Amino acid sequence: MALLQIDNLTVEFETASGWFRAVDGVSLSVEKGEVLAIVGESGSGKSVAMLAVMGLLPWTAKITADRMLFEGRDIRNISPAERRKLIGKDIAMIFQEPIASLNPCFTVGFQIEEVLRIHLGLDRQARRARAIELFRQVGLPNPEERLNHFPHQMSGGQCQRVMIAIAIACNPKLLIADEPTTALDVTIQKQILDLLMSLQAKNGMGLIMITHDMGVVAETADRVVVQYKGKKMEEADVLSLFENPKSNYTKALLAALPENATGDRLTTVSAFFEGAPEAAETRA
Amino acid sequence: MTTTDNTMLEVRDIKRDYELPGGLFKPKKIIHAVKGVSFKLERGKTLAIVGESGCGKSTLARMLTFIDEPTAGELIIDGEKIDTRPGHLTAEMRQKVQIVFQNPYGSLNPRQKIGDVLGEPLLINTKMSSAERRDRANEMLVKVGLGPEHYNRYPHMFSGGQRQRIAIARALMLNPKLLVLDEPVSALDLSVQAQVLNLLADLQDEFGLTYVFISHDLSVVRYIADEVMVMYFGEAVEYGTREEVFSDPKHEYTRTLFAATPRADVESIRARIARKKAATAA
Repeated sequence: MALLQIDNLTVEFETASGWFRAVDGVSLSVEKGEVLAIVGESGSGKSVAMLAVMGLLPWTAKITADRMLFEGRDIRNISPAERRKLIGKDIAMIFQEPIASLNPCFTVGFQIEEVLRIHLGLDRQARRARAIELFRQVGLPNPEERLNHFPHQMSGGQCQRVMIAIAIACNPKLLIADEPTTALDVTIQKQILDLLMSLQAKNGMGLIMITHDMGVVAETADRVVVQYKGKKMEEADVLSLFENPKSNYTKALLAALPENATGDRLTTVSAFFEGAPEAAETRA
Repeated sequence: MTTTDNTMLEVRDIKRDYELPGGLFKPKKIIHAVKGVSFKLERGKTLAIVGESGCGKSTLARMLTFIDEPTAGELIIDGEKIDTRPGHLTAEMRQKVQIVFQNPYGSLNPRQKIGDVLGEPLLINTKMSSAERRDRANEMLVKVGLGPEHYNRYPHMFSGGQRQRIAIARALMLNPKLLVLDEPVSALDLSVQAQVLNLLADLQDEFGLTYVFISHDLSVVRYIADEVMVMYFGEAVEYGTREEVFSDPKHEYTRTLFAATPRADVESIRARIARKKAATAA
């Protein structure tokens, strides 16, 4: 049984010019202990699809799916109270902007202990001990002292580590990381990716990595889903995707990487589609 | 000054300190943002400056474009030593150097039409009539891959890639010789990034522009740069041609940087999968 299985997910938003389809019939599944990367440019619906799973979309969004199962349990129409028990405990999410996703008014210690209090019901001392252990696990120096710091007193990489610590606080079965390293320097990115991969291997979590960076995909994923304008273009294991991409869009994306440049100009995605404008629409 | 004819930009031991004011009991603190950087750049070439946030690369860009005054050091542009003291800059000097900023969402005034964005440098620096300014703006729009139909639109009507084209167009309005690009593609998607990089290469060929290209993305740097400088805590720890730096990095930090850059080639993916298999088997 897959950890998370989604069949034919569609998310629509009402706009002045009718319904806009942000996610269009996407199906995907993640196994226990697997790293799935969802790749796409901005506007490809990769984040929206995962926000729909988390139940974090505004009520104006129309979400339909044939199936949306977490550990075999239908999570399409669960009550808000039940969802609150699930989210943050069994399914956790890390967002792109680490500094923006922490509350500036509370210490990071308060924010991580809140999760432990609500989901695990630990007492004060146990919470503090666990928080220190988690901070140590994600590689924050001086964890005891760190608990009393506010987000603005830390760097972006440190804030992202706090976010990861909060996300893994309850040993989630599925972790969704939405562009976890986009705002960070390459050296910090490497540290955060290494951290995520080692935690994933150790805890056997399923990990969904949302990214637009083909390098991050190559470094982390087992399997890859490529999305474009809300549609799934291709799904393959990471090696065959890079070795032998099936869909034209994936080919175009790989050709646009500066390291794959041939001659003195880069191939652009639009140049790829110029010959056949419909080519982008063909699904692998 | 004995700079050869072909040198566009020479920087000698340039420094910039920022002073943090102290309080009643707190002594004031001096931050050395750039601690003595020197380099020479030939006409029509691209120098890439690489480093992590806080290493002083943007401070260097601000000094090159006269936004910030260097604390010490010399700046020689187009064979002329620049007097960077406030009030001593000539309009001619300002026209030679232009800058494109990182975030095209922040660098364009949301209440200014594109035509006015492009016309403003001409209005301030030249005596052109409004009709001439309009013609020049329309020409430039075509050159950067937009069209005259965009003249009367506002920035919010454009995508990120188009806005960056507008920012580039604005920088080129005064026919500069040196263009400082501060992370011009890091806010853009991969496919749009390719388009903007191609545009920059085309413009460099057409106008013989010299680029100082600031980036943290080594794959972009490897593609676009002739020379590379790596900065770390305000110092240039590595400086050489692209081939030298990429094939034989001297400094420890450069090697760390290379090791941290994700690799998207098939061999390294194979190696990673093999490592993972070995780890799970063990």
